[in-house]
Amino acid sequence: MSDFKIEGYEFKPGFKGMAKDTSSDQTMFKGVHWGKAMMWIFLLSDTFIFSCFLISYMKGRGSTIIDWPNPSEVFGLHVFGVDVPLLLIAIMTFVLITSSGTMALAVKYGYEKNRKMCGWLILATAIGGLTFVGMQAFEWSKLIHEGVRPWENPFGAPQFGSFFFMITGFHGTHVSIGVIFLFIYSYKTFKGHYDEGKRGWFTTIKGDYVEIEILGLYWHFVDLVWVFIFAFFYLW
Amino acid sequence: MSETKKQEQTSTHKIGIYLWIWGLLFVLSFFSYMVDWYQFQGMLRWSLILVFMFLKAGLIMAFFMHLFWERYALVNVLLWPMTAIACFIFLMVAEFEYTVFTRFFYFVVGG
Repeated sequence: MSDFKIEGYEFKPGFKGMAKDTSSDQTMFKGVHWGKAMMWIFLLSDTFIFSCFLISYMKGRGSTIIDWPNPSEVFGLHVFGVDVPLLLIAIMTFVLITSSGTMALAVKYGYEKNRKMCGWLILATAIGGLTFVGMQAFEWSKLIHEGVRPWENPFGAPQFGSFFFMITGFHGTHVSIGVIFLFIYSYKTFKGHYDEGKRGWFTTIKGDYVEIEILGLYWHFVDLVWVFIFAFFYLW
Repeated sequence: MSETKKQEQTSTHKIGIYLWIWGLLFVLSFFSYMVDWYQFQGMLRWSLILVFMFLKAGLIMAFFMHLFWERYALVNVLLWPMTAIACFIFLMVAEFEYTVFTRFFYFVVGG
């Protein structure tokens, strides 16, 4: 991170530093691993994809003259004889935030070369992600049983289904891919690949705990997208 | 290369900051769920949703994704493109208002 040093190069803070870094030789993102910079660029492009989805949802919902289904009722659950609004979504949100927290700690322990702790925390993150995907599968099958389709639904405007399946499906795909990588990375951490600098697949670059931070960026991004989906799709 | 490794090792943050942010995220999520629970409506609902959303997004990006500690060269490359998204939102708001207006208009006058 920021207290990185390069011989013969003076780091300046703030916008002056930005101008100096940007106009300097060799690298613009000083002290940032190239993999981390590339992950950020990927996440930036992914931000645009999710923004386009959410903006198209806004346009669809705003331009229909049929009432939009009330998400509070559509996503409500009937538990112990009471109707609780949005219960499943609230639990999913808490599960995802929990897994985001364990990931942040995994990155910290990774940089401290605490192999065991890092591995367990990544495993906990993976299990949190798996729980999330499981609950999403439950939510999808419940709505499909109730007759929600991409072209029609019993609650209101027919566009609801197509936006719901596209946005949550794309997010769920991201979570699923993240879970797969979390399991692989927890295996690699326990095996000590990042301690001994073992090479990964398709690369000649030696393993390092910075890879945990790169994976962490992806996982936090998935949580970040859920913050926006939760606000715009489920609460609005 | 060994020099950079040594630097990275010293640059971790205290566990307290992560736990604080974690707790804050739980509290903010709980608040945004309460917005739905108490069925706030209208501007109050929308403004509360947006405030909690931006606070959560900001905390995640600043501390969990370490942007608070990154150099401005990276932070600015990542955040300025968001203005393009903001422009797109304004364009599409104008677009859906026009669409819904024409729909109502032609339902009334009929073609």
